[in-house]
Amino acid sequence: MKRVAALVVALALIGVTTWLVWPSAPEVRGQDQQITVVDGPADDQRVELDTTFFPPPDGGKAPAVLLAHGFGGSKQSMRDQAVRLAQQGYAVLTWSARGFGRSTGQIALNSPDYEVKDVKQLIDWLAKRPEVQLDASGDPRVGIAGGSYGGAIALMTAAHDQRVDAIVPQITWSDLADALFPNAATTATTGSTGTTTGTTGATSATGATGQPTGSAADPSSGGQEADAATGGATGTAPSTAGQAAVASGVFKRMWAGIFFGQGVSLDTMSLLGRREAAGPLTAEQARCGRFLPAICDIYQQVAKDGRATPEAIALLRESSPVTVANRIKAPTLLIQGQRDSLFPLSHADANARAIASAGTTVSLAWFDGGHDGGNGEADWLFDQSAAWFARYLKGEGSAEAAPPVSAFTVTRDGGRDPGTRQRVRLHPEAGSYPGLAGTDVTSVELSGPEQNIVNPPGGAPASISTVPGIGGLLGGQGNGGVAIDMPGQSATFESRPLTAPLQLTGSPTVKVKVSGKGEATLFAKLYDVADDAQLPTLPAGLVAPIRVTIPEGAGSAEATVTLPAVDHRFAVGHRLRLVVTTTDMGFATPAEPATYQVSLASPTLAVPTVSTLAAAPTGVAWWVWAMPLAAVVIAAALLATGRTAPRSRLRTIPATAGTGVSSAEKTGADLTTSVNGSTVTADAHADTGAEPEARAETSAGTEPGAVAGAAAGAGADEGAASDDRTDGITARNGHAGRAAAAEEQVTTAEGRVTTAEGRVTTAEGRATTAEDRVAVVAGRVGGGSPSGESDSGGGRREGDGSEVPLEISGLTKAYRNGELAVDGLSFRVERGQVLGLLGPNGAGKTTTMRMMMGLIHPDAGEIRIFGERVTPGAPVLSRLGSFVEGPGFLPHLSGRDNIELYWAATGRPRADAHFDEALEIANLGKALERAVRTYSQGMRQRLAIAQAMLGLPDLLVLDEPTNGLDPPQIREMREVLKRYARDGRTVIVSSHMLAEVEQACSHVVVMQRGRLISTGPVSLLLGSATVANGHGPRLEDVFLDLIGDKT
Amino acid sequence: MTTATGYAPNRTLPLRVEIVRQFKRRRTLGMFALLLALPWVLVIAFQIGPQPSGQGQAALRVSDLATQSGLNFATFALSVSASFLLVVAVALFCGDTVASEANWSSLRYLLAAPVPRDRLLRQKLIVALGYSATAVICLPVMALVAGTLAFGWKDIQVPGTGEVLPALDMLPRFGIVIAYALVSQLVVAALAFLISTMTDSPLGAVGGAVGLWIVSTILQAVEALGVVREFLPTFWNNAWTDALAPELDWSGMIKGASVSITYAAILVAVAFRRFRHKDVTS
Repeated sequence: MKRVAALVVALALIGVTTWLVWPSAPEVRGQDQQITVVDGPADDQRVELDTTFFPPPDGGKAPAVLLAHGFGGSKQSMRDQAVRLAQQGYAVLTWSARGFGRSTGQIALNSPDYEVKDVKQLIDWLAKRPEVQLDASGDPRVGIAGGSYGGAIALMTAAHDQRVDAIVPQITWSDLADALFPNAATTATTGSTGTTTGTTGATSATGATGQPTGSAADPSSGGQEADAATGGATGTAPSTAGQAAVASGVFKRMWAGIFFGQGVSLDTMSLLGRREAAGPLTAEQARCGRFLPAICDIYQQVAKDGRATPEAIALLRESSPVTVANRIKAPTLLIQGQRDSLFPLSHADANARAIASAGTTVSLAWFDGGHDGGNGEADWLFDQSAAWFARYLKGEGSAEAAPPVSAFTVTRDGGRDPGTRQRVRLHPEAGSYPGLAGTDVTSVELSGPEQNIVNPPGGAPASISTVPGIGGLLGGQGNGGVAIDMPGQSATFESRPLTAPLQLTGSPTVKVKVSGKGEATLFAKLYDVADDAQLPTLPAGLVAPIRVTIPEGAGSAEATVTLPAVDHRFAVGHRLRLVVTTTDMGFATPAEPATYQVSLASPTLAVPTVSTLAAAPTGVAWWVWAMPLAAVVIAAALLATGRTAPRSRLRTIPATAGTGVSSAEKTGADLTTSVNGSTVTADAHADTGAEPEARAETSAGTEPGAVAGAAAGAGADEGAASDDRTDGITARNGHAGRAAAAEEQVTTAEGRVTTAEGRVTTAEGRATTAEDRVAVVAGRVGGGSPSGESDSGGGRREGDGSEVPLEISGLTKAYRNGELAVDGLSFRVERGQVLGLLGPNGAGKTTTMRMMMGLIHPDAGEIRIFGERVTPGAPVLSRLGSFVEGPGFLPHLSGRDNIELYWAATGRPRADAHFDEALEIANLGKALERAVRTYSQGMRQRLAIAQAMLGLPDLLVLDEPTNGLDPPQIREMREVLKRYARDGRTVIVSSHMLAEVEQACSHVVVMQRGRLISTGPVSLLLGSATVANGHGPRLEDVFLDLIGDKT
Repeated sequence: MTTATGYAPNRTLPLRVEIVRQFKRRRTLGMFALLLALPWVLVIAFQIGPQPSGQGQAALRVSDLATQSGLNFATFALSVSASFLLVVAVALFCGDTVASEANWSSLRYLLAAPVPRDRLLRQKLIVALGYSATAVICLPVMALVAGTLAFGWKDIQVPGTGEVLPALDMLPRFGIVIAYALVSQLVVAALAFLISTMTDSPLGAVGGAVGLWIVSTILQAVEALGVVREFLPTFWNNAWTDALAPELDWSGMIKGASVSITYAAILVAVAFRRFRHKDVTS
C-alpha cells in the first residue's frame, strides 16, 4: 500500500507541477482610444471612432491586424478574437464603425466616401504606433479581417488602399444589389438561341427586347457604366450584366428588413436575445435609425414597392466590392458560409473571380455556417485566418511553419465521431478554385409533366425555405431546416433513384419553360429525396428566386435557372427533385393572383462536381499504432525483468540479540567477526558458493565409512561422529568462517535461551543424556544430519545428493511486518523416515511446508528436495505429494472427478497415478461420485490425502493429516504412513497430536517461533526425557520441555 | 532422476482439463443460460408489447427497428447487452478463474503438482478468454437465430438514417461487430484477470473489474476531460455501430482496438509478473 500511496503522491506532484509550469498564453491588454477621422465626399465630416488597440504582448514590432465587426455589432464583438490574435504576435486594432457602438456618425454601408476613408485613417494611425511593423514610412504591415459588414469593408479598403497586405473577408457580399434583388434566371424568348449558362446568374439575354423593366434599368445602367469605368475595364462586365438582372430581381424582403432595421443585429443570438437599451427615439431616429438619410430614403422606397430603383441600385453598387475588387492587390482569403441565404456562395465566387482577374492571390473556403446560423467552426475559421496572416503578414520565415491554406476548401459532414458521437467535419481541399460550374458536370435526367401552379392572391400562404437568421436554429445542423411547399403552388420534377452517389459542388443549372402571362415570379429549389418515409431535404435551405418575363403574345418563355450554389452529397438511391413554386416567405411576391404552367425545357439538370476536392489525408492518428506497440514492449519488459529475485524483507527486522546478527551475516560481509547468532546463512553462502566441488572431493574420501539407513545410532557414537565431521569439514574445506560459525553455533545454541540452559543444568550429572543432548545439537550444527549417519556428509555429493529427500538449510522467512516466521531453520530428512514436525501454533511448521511446495519464497536459505533446489514450479516438485492446511477441491465436481482432473493437470500418464491405491486410502465408497461440496470434513481430509498420494510420490508432506478423522481412521492412517515409508519413501507429518507422532514417526523435528529446537530420532528424544520427569517416556513431556513450557 | 516419471512442465494443466474444470461450474452454466435465454426473452417482450405503428424519424432508433428483421434484432440485442451484460460475463470468466482456485485452496495443489506459475496463468487465461469469447459470440448469434425466427430474414434497416441494406451484405459486417465487441472486451478481461491473481475472492475480482469499468464510464461522461477521454478504456465501446453504417468506417474501431490492446497487454503482463513472485498463502 505504501508503494501505491507513493505512486499516487508522485503522480499528483507531477500533475501540479505541469499545471504550474505549463506555458500560459501571454496576457493581452487592450487600450481604449477615441480616434478622430475626417471623411465625407468633401472630406469635411469629423467622426469619433471608438477603438481598442491590443499591442503585441511580447513587445517589439509586429504586423497589425484590423478586425472589423459585423452589421449591428461593435468593437466589443471582436474582442475575443482580437485577444487571441494578439497572443499570436500581432498588433490588433478593433473599432466600432461609424454609426455603430459608441462611434459617432451615420451608417453609409461601407461607402468609399465614408467608411473606407475612416479605415484608411486608422491605417495611418497604426503607421505611427511604435508597436507596428512598417513596410515603408507611413505604410504599416497590416491585414484586415471581418465578417459580413466587416468583410465588405476589408475588401473595399484593400481596393482603395494599397497599403493593405492581406485580407480575410468572411460571409460578405460582392454586390449588395444582387444580394437584395437576386434573379437566378436567364431568360430568352421562346425560340431564341442566345441563351448562355453563366454562373453569375447574369448574362446579356435580357437585352433590348423591351421588357417592362428595361426602361427602368436603362438610365441606371448608363450611370453605372460610367462609374465602373473609373474602376477599371474588367469591372464593367459583371457590372452591366448584373444590372439588368438586379433590375428584375426579386426583393429579398425579410433579409432586407433585418439588414436595414433599426438597431437590429445580424447576429442570430442578439436578434433573438435582449437588445441594447436605448433611450426614446426621435421621429427621425425612429424612421432611419443611424443610417444616412439618403440611404434611409432609398430603402424605404424600395421596400415599399419591392422593386429595385435605379437610384437604389446605384447606391448599393457604390458599397459593393465587386465593382472595385479588381484593384485589390492584397492576398485574399474569402470565407463564405454554405448556409447563407443573405450572401450565398455565389458572392464569394464573384469576388474571387474579380480579385483573381487582377492576378492577386485568392483562396476560398466554404464553411459550415453563414447568416442562417450555426458556426461550430469558429476555431477552424480562426486557424485559417491566422494561417493566412502568418503567411502574408509575418513573411517568409513563419510562413513555412504556418499550415498552408489551400486555394479551395470545403467543409463537409464527416458523420459522427465514433467516440464522442459528435458531428465531425471534413475539410477537403483543392489546389485551384474551379468556380461554381465545377470541374465536371454530371447530367441528371429529370422528368415530370407540365404542371399548373398558382400565385395565391396576396402571396399567402407562402412556401418556406429558410427563415432568415434563424433557419439554422430551427432546423439544426445538416440541412436547411423546415422546407414546406404549399400545395397547388409548386411544380415538381424528379429524377430516377441515383445509381451512384453524387457530390454536388457548385450551382446546378436547369432549363424550364414557363407559360402564362406577364411577369412570373417563381422560386426554384433542388431537394434531396431519400424515400417516402422521410421528408425531403433542401440542401442549406437555399432557394433560387427567378423572375421570367413572358413576352406579349409568345405565351411562354424559357429560362435557364441557376440553382443555389451548395455542397451536398446525394446518396445512392436518393432522387433529385426540382420544385418550382410561386411563393417564398423570404421574398416579396406579387399580390396579384396568377396561374402559370411550368415544364422542363430540357430534361437535363447539369450538376457540377469538383473532382479535385480531396480530403486532406487525415490518416490514422500516430498513437493508434504506437500505443499498442509500446504496450507490448512494456509488457515484454515487465515480464523479462520480473525474473529477478524477490526482495528481501529482512532489512526491516529489528536488531534484537539473536536475529540482528543473522541479518548482518546475511549480507555476507561479516562471517568471521560475528560472535553471536545463527550460522545458517553462513552455511547457505557456503553451499551456494564455489564449494560443492570441493565438498564432493573430500566426502568421497570418507564414503567407505558411511553407514546408510535411518536407524538410530548410539548417542555417544552419534556425537562423536558429528564432532568428527564438523572438524573434518572445517579442516578439509579450509573455510575459516564456517568453522568459526559452527563453534559459535554451539555456544549460542546452548546459551540462547535461559530455560534451555536451565534444562541443560538439570540434565547434568547424567553423563550419557547430557552428551546425547549435545550430540543432537552438534548434529544439527554439522549440517542438519541428526540421524547418526556419521559420514552422511557424503550425501552432499553430486551423485548421491538426489538421494536426500529433503534438506533444509538456513531457511528464513519474514512476515510482512518483519517478524520472522521461520528463522534460520536447518534440518535434513533421510529416505525411509517418517518425520514428525512438531511445534506450537505459530512455530512456522506450515510456512516451512509451503516453502517446500514452492508456494512461498524464502527470504534466505534454501530447501532441496532430492538435491534439487525448490523454486516455484520446480520440476522436482513432481516427486512431492502434499497436503497442507486443509483440502482444496473444486466443490462442484465429484470426488472422483476432482482426483482424476488433478492428475490430468499434472500432465503425467494416467497409469502412473495408482488411483486404486489412493482411493482405497480415501475409502469414500459411493460418496466418491458425489459433488465434493456435500462431503464432511473427514471425507475431504481423506480425499485430500489420497490426492497427495497420487502417483506414489517419493516424498509425502502431510499437514495435520489426522484432523477430523475418527480413531479407527487415525489408526489406519498411521499404518498407511508407516507402510508408505517402509518402501523407501519418505513422509513428513506435522501434528499437534503428540501421541500420534510418537507412534507413527521415526524422527522428530521440534520448532518454536520459527527456530529449530531439537531434532533426532523419536527414541532418542524420548530417552532424554525419561529420567527428567520420572514418568514413562512421553513425547508430550519432551515437547513441553523443549519449548520451555514446562508444567 | 529429478522429476517423477512422465512429468513434463509443458504438459501440465492441459487446456482440455481446465475447460472441464471450469465448465461444470454453476456460475459458468448460469451465465451461458442467461446469455442464450436473453434473446428469447427480448423476442417475447417485443411480441407482447404494443407494436410500433407509425413510421418517421422517431422510428429510426435501434430499439424501434429491432423488430424489422433478424439482423436488426441481433443488433439491438448486442447494443443493449454490450455495455453491461457482456462486461459482467467477461469479468466473470476472467476474474473468477484464479481467484476461485485460491478460494477453494486448490490453487496450491496445482502449483505444487507442479504446474509452473506462468503456465498456469497462461492456460487459465486462454480458457477464460475462450469462455469470454464464446459468451460474446453466443449472445448475438442466438439473437440472430431468435430474431430471424420471430421477425424473419429481411434486409437490415440501418439505425439513424433508416437506409435499407441487403441482409447478405450486412452479414460480414455483423461479423465485424462481434469481432470488435470481442476486442473491446479485452480490457475488462485483462483487468479482471489481474485482480484475480491478486485476491482470493472471486467476486472481489469480478466486482473490482466491473467497478473500475463503471468508473471509466462515469469519467467518460465528463466532457471537460476533452481528448483525454479517448484513452479511457470504455470510450470506444460503441464504435461497432460504425460497422453497421451504410459506409463502413474503421477509424473509431481501430482507435478502440488500439486502446483496448494497449491496456490489455500491460495489465496481463503485470498479472504474470506479480503472480510469479507472489507468496501463495491461500
